[in-house]
Amino acid sequence: MSIQVHNISKSYNKISAIDSISFEVKEGELFGLIGPDGAGKTTIFRILTTLLLANEGSATVAGFDVVLDYKAIRNSVGYMPGKFSLYQDLTVEENLNFFATIFGTTIEENYNLIKDIYIQIEPFKTRRAGALSGGMKQKLALCCALIHKPTVLFLDEPTTGVDPVSRKEFWIMLKRLQEKGITILVSTPYMDEAALCDRIALIQKGSILKIDKPATIIKDYKKIIYDIKAKNTHQLIQDLKNYPSQYSVFAFGEYIHYIDENDNFNPMDLQNYLEQQQHTEIEIRVSNPTIEDVFMDL
Amino acid sequence: MLKNKIVSLARNDKMNKEKIIEVQNLTKQFGSFTAVNSISFDVYKGEIFGFLGANGAGKTTAMKMLIGISKPTSGEALVAGFDVKTNTEMVKRSIGYMSQKFSMYDDLTIKENITFFGGIYGLSKARIKEKTAQLVAELGLEDAIDKLVGSLPLGWKQKLSFSVALLHEPKIVFLDEPTGGVDPITRRQFWEMIYAEANKGTTIFVTTHYMDEAEYCDRVSIMVEGVIEALDTPKNLKAKYNVASMNDVFLKLARNVE
Repeated sequence: MSIQVHNISKSYNKISAIDSISFEVKEGELFGLIGPDGAGKTTIFRILTTLLLANEGSATVAGFDVVLDYKAIRNSVGYMPGKFSLYQDLTVEENLNFFATIFGTTIEENYNLIKDIYIQIEPFKTRRAGALSGGMKQKLALCCALIHKPTVLFLDEPTTGVDPVSRKEFWIMLKRLQEKGITILVSTPYMDEAALCDRIALIQKGSILKIDKPATIIKDYKKIIYDIKAKNTHQLIQDLKNYPSQYSVFAFGEYIHYIDENDNFNPMDLQNYLEQQQHTEIEIRVSNPTIEDVFMDL
Repeated sequence: MLKNKIVSLARNDKMNKEKIIEVQNLTKQFGSFTAVNSISFDVYKGEIFGFLGANGAGKTTAMKMLIGISKPTSGEALVAGFDVKTNTEMVKRSIGYMSQKFSMYDDLTIKENITFFGGIYGLSKARIKEKTAQLVAELGLEDAIDKLVGSLPLGWKQKLSFSVALLHEPKIVFLDEPTGGVDPITRRQFWEMIYAEANKGTTIFVTTHYMDEAEYCDRVSIMVEGVIEALDTPKNLKAKYNVASMNDVFLKLARNVE
């Protein structure tokens, strides 16, 4: 096991941030912590990277105890915090050199590991980090987290506020790092990224709601979700919410996801109801659930 | 329910008539770099207008010009009828603005924040009192009115920010990534608030990185390297690029500019 977390709890001024959390990450696994802001993801990262002490519980990273062997952990993990924390006044190259030196290595020694990512920012290596665009900052931060060849990589919301194209590229980079044998613990509020992880933990309000492979989590979801569409979306949401046997009504892109509380639900009844409400261009069909659907129903 | 329907019919009708934002060849240069390159578009009253683009495409620069805090290098823009070059004060009075970065005062209570922003917008004491009562009732925050804003969950903060941006009943509200990091249920509740506000005739100008949210907009523009590469309804854009979702439209159009 690369990461073992056992009943970890942490509170700040009596407010519980995480409550008795346990999970394990296998060696070489890409493991995702999926949940919104305030779920406790950053607290978990800070405890595992030895920057914060838990109130209760124990954890090991790369075989080292997060309290007793914190120095060994700091040498063997890479951490990219959610907030950009490189030196804004140093250039791209100076930042990278700085982190390499701190860890007693050189850029050349581990260049192979960062090469794919670094060549994208190399044209700007004399630019101050503070003057980089969001996408480039993110790539530099990842290089700095990798420069000492860590065995475990911690990435706290690396794609938050990043556009869909850059997000896609970032995940391709992660897959490549995984192929090089690095264990990755990554957090994200974007549910669509969950599917790209080997296993995920769905987390909300300091507790883990579910841990499994994304495909298994979806397969285990037993409720039938209907995609519904009509000309006037806003009115459709209101009218579906007023349908007596509705269980949940949520907008999902182009369609509304509708779940009925009755097992013997007949979509034709709903179709008739919507027609009575003067809806036009009505479409009702069975939908494929996503991680987001499961998350919202936990 | 019938009343809602009439309102939304009226909304569609109005949208065809009244332009609330008119942009002609709007350009912004920083030295030799052209961040926004002669963009032109109109936004109609009561419309939900999605303003999309990759990081670095020029969205923020364009938006700053439209809210009157950055002077265009050339081109014209009228916001609520006021020129963004010469009449920035009137532009600012006519709009509401909410950024992704939470910008209320954490160490003031909900009530104090509303009073503060109401005062900034020039509302009378009586009006502020009335608006405060209405706002907390709509958000179901009556019991939390004397709580420090800093202690509220993110989702509540976002909803509160949106309501405060609407305090002075602006004609247009600009939302800059309003749902970043918010949990999926709150994100949808937030969009229901946006729909309700648009139905009252308020124009919504919104940026987002969630492509499912792009589907909720009446029309969407996609900026690439300083120009508007596409502008249409989500339905027409998907048909035009022959793809199933707005995410695919975006991936087809947007390149990364670094």
